[in-house]
Amino acid sequence: MSDMNDSRWTLVFLAWLTATLATLSALFMSEVMGFAPCVLCWYQRIFMFPLVFILALGLFPFDPKVARYALPLAVIGLAVAAFHLLLVAGYIPESLTPCRQGIPCSTVQIEWFGFVTIPLLSFLAFLVINALLLASTLRSPK
Amino acid sequence: MKQKNLFIAAAALLVVAFVVGAYFYKLQHAEQAAQMAAQNQVALVRADAPSFGNADAPVQIVEFFDPACNTCRDFYPMVKALMAEHPGKIRLSLRYAPFHPGSEAVVKALEAARKQGQFRQTLEALFASQNDWVQNHTANVDSIWRALDPLGLDLGRLQNDMNSPAIANMIARDLADAKTMNVTMTPEYFVNGKPLPSFGFDQLRSLVGDALISANAK
Repeated sequence: MSDMNDSRWTLVFLAWLTATLATLSALFMSEVMGFAPCVLCWYQRIFMFPLVFILALGLFPFDPKVARYALPLAVIGLAVAAFHLLLVAGYIPESLTPCRQGIPCSTVQIEWFGFVTIPLLSFLAFLVINALLLASTLRSPK
Repeated sequence: MKQKNLFIAAAALLVVAFVVGAYFYKLQHAEQAAQMAAQNQVALVRADAPSFGNADAPVQIVEFFDPACNTCRDFYPMVKALMAEHPGKIRLSLRYAPFHPGSEAVVKALEAARKQGQFRQTLEALFASQNDWVQNHTANVDSIWRALDPLGLDLGRLQNDMNSPAIANMIARDLADAKTMNVTMTPEYFVNGKPLPSFGFDQLRSLVGDALISANAK
């Protein structure tokens, strides 16, 4: 395998690592700690969980095109996470959101160090995955 | 090859971290719950709570329950059978935790029926007809009456009692006690003040078994 492909493999691998860490963290919070996911959290899960499998399949054997299949999920997930962040911050009123039953999406269930919330972690994870996948496509040979 | 090993190592590490983390979290959580229960015995045992069985029984079970909860309905005959296995040894004390929307009104009716000496009959009729008055996890008090009809309750008096502040206060106190005891789901059982290590009938049975053994040793 060429050095070029090696570094691209590493980028996709790191994206997979981020997605897997995010997926297991989400499962830990809902299944072990018992936090019920709100509607927006579910949409973010829908776009995060499949990345674990799609990216893993793209790694063995390495298929540089995997970014093409994974990016739509990662971009939409990022958009949902951004929407969720704005909602929690109060820039979007709750009434405009799909959350009418169960846990309101504006509820803050975790706040580490005063600012780290679950939607922020989700947003950062999607941001990192998008950046890594984009970087892997930019390095593709012309 | 190096890449494959890296991938397998990372995946294994994450899964192990998850499992170990879950184990320690549950362990710590169970310890906290046990400590909390030990510190808050007052909030657990209330003299006026509806109870079944021998008042001086060595094993006291406190159950936080919601008449609209289907797991509570399914556990009720199992707990009764457990009590029947050890006659005179187990007392069951019921505490109200109407977490379902609309369920508070049903608890009021149940408590008002208790004033007419029909608690057990009303509870059993409510459980038996639960599908008729609970839809989409929402309780509808207007649909309970047909099931209560054969009990011959004085319905005028019952509906009057349902509005009594004493009953409303009792439910508010039970809900506050549930919060103190960290009860977020129903049914939740405490055996001689100890919470279940994890939810399940086998766990309840073994906790009761332990309590019976330590009671016999005395």
